[in-house]
Amino acid sequence: MLWRPNSTLVGTAVLVIALAAPSFVYPVLLMKVLCFALFASAFNLLLGFTGILSFGHAMFFGGAAYASAYTIKVMGWPTELGILAGTAVAATLGLVVGQLCIRRKGIYMTMITLAFAQMTYFFVMRAPFSGGEDGLQYVPRRAVLGVIDITDERALYYVVLAIFLACFALIHRTIHSPFGQVLKAIRDNEPRAISLGFDVDRYKLLAFVLSAGLSGVAGATKAVVFQMASITDLHWGTSGEVILMTLVGGIGTLFGPLVGAAFIVGMQNRLAGLGEWVMVTQGLIFMTLVMVLRTGIVGLLSDLRARISRRRTV
Amino acid sequence: MDLIFGVPAPLLLGQLILGLVNGATYAILSLGLAVIFGMLNVINFAHGAQYMLGAFTAWMMANWLGLGFWYALFLAPLVVGAAGIVLERVFLRHLYDKDHLFGLLFTFGAAMVVEGLFRYQFGSTGQRYANPLPGGLQLGFMFLPYYRALVVPAALVVCFGTWFVIERTQLGAYLRAATEDPVLVRAFGINVPVLITLTYGFGVALAALAGVMAAPIQNVSPLMGANVIIAVFAVVVIGGLNSIMGAIVTGFSLGVIEGLAKVFLPETSDTVIFVIMAIVLFLRPAGLFGQEK
Repeated sequence: MLWRPNSTLVGTAVLVIALAAPSFVYPVLLMKVLCFALFASAFNLLLGFTGILSFGHAMFFGGAAYASAYTIKVMGWPTELGILAGTAVAATLGLVVGQLCIRRKGIYMTMITLAFAQMTYFFVMRAPFSGGEDGLQYVPRRAVLGVIDITDERALYYVVLAIFLACFALIHRTIHSPFGQVLKAIRDNEPRAISLGFDVDRYKLLAFVLSAGLSGVAGATKAVVFQMASITDLHWGTSGEVILMTLVGGIGTLFGPLVGAAFIVGMQNRLAGLGEWVMVTQGLIFMTLVMVLRTGIVGLLSDLRARISRRRTV
Repeated sequence: MDLIFGVPAPLLLGQLILGLVNGATYAILSLGLAVIFGMLNVINFAHGAQYMLGAFTAWMMANWLGLGFWYALFLAPLVVGAAGIVLERVFLRHLYDKDHLFGLLFTFGAAMVVEGLFRYQFGSTGQRYANPLPGGLQLGFMFLPYYRALVVPAALVVCFGTWFVIERTQLGAYLRAATEDPVLVRAFGINVPVLITLTYGFGVALAALAGVMAAPIQNVSPLMGANVIIAVFAVVVIGGLNSIMGAIVTGFSLGVIEGLAKVFLPETSDTVIFVIMAIVLFLRPAGLFGQEK
């Protein structure tokens, strides 16, 4: 209740900032933030709203990056079709992996997603089409819909922003739909959802596919922005990063993953010259958050707001 | 030259032994994971890092202190196990009443810190560790290095020793009881928190022991833990976490299958464990030995 009027306000403010941002910040960095914000939001749909911790989301992100890089670069597809191809590959992969994952629960499910992601990593690394350790580089930036020239980084930024907003709106809609309510019910009390007659496995699978597909949009877009698909996109480190972003921002909050993605990408950018210290810092952030701030930044802010307004009403 | 199924015998048997050695690593690591999960309800993601720490502790003892392999075999697990006990006392015990994903995430963070520091210090290429038992047996059809020949039975002794302690002794009975119902066991006057701490220390020491045993065979590298832990997770999914014997059998068999894959279908050797996991999930979702809690 408390959040409702303000999320419109926050949303508008964020939108204004997002539209003006490329005048102040390097657009490629902003696009990276947007891609990871979308990735983390898609991941959060599963962790925060369905209660499934996937440790393998890199396979959807990276798989889509490879699919779009391959279709655009090697097969000569237009940019928008390449992104759609990446999304389709990620969603299909989500369907297959999700099907097997939901046969187990809880911690086992997490280990299964990690194992399948590792399998995808090795498969792509060895596959003849992937360029091995080098990945697929120099993906051309073809005009979007035939008219928008995305070799201009500002134009590309607005394309990426549009993709992000469309997907974010879809996530927002999903969370607030009856379908989203059932997902939350499953998260909070699965046996009860079953006893109410919901086919829990179908709901979980659909959430899994949706999350995988949206992660795919993020990965495919990232491949267009950076003009490459690299093997790091598929590495378990990427799966860990998206968890960290969600945890930093706040699991199960709408804006948390955005804040978390901006925070982590910004930190990586700052520490870029320090090599292994990025990994150490990320590990320390993980440990600190789990010990003292499990609700994340957005969770903390909304707790504070709730406390202040309660004091006012008393 | 002798051929077995169209493959030179020395190659096949060599990979088979290497498979058993890897299987021993899988078995000891999944055993440790299972023991820890049983008591703490935490999936110890740092298990790979602790395995790597075991190998590096042995390397550092050899290169900085001049202590040989046989000292390291006993000292490294003690050192790393003690570090594990500190981690449990200071941090992990505060997470038991939280959602179990936080235990996983915390240990993942700890693993990142440790691996990042070691990568910074040692790079990712890896260090050589001298073979404590050079030479080997000339069996006629193949050359069998002494060390590899001894690692497998040694690992079996460790595995079955653990199985014996947990399934057949008074201490093991306390452990199993505390896994089932910690409150009741506490009411009987047994100090369950100490039991939990020691269990974690023991599981970590097992991981470190596997690391020391692996050190002379493979390069001691900061990356060795991360690569092996994911395979071990697949082993655990296949075998189930509830059965100690299941962990041992699955670990060894998958090591052997991986070794055979290297001979017959080399391009699948990285993925074969995960493919088997997928098949098991499809046919027997609860795993080969486990029932889900």
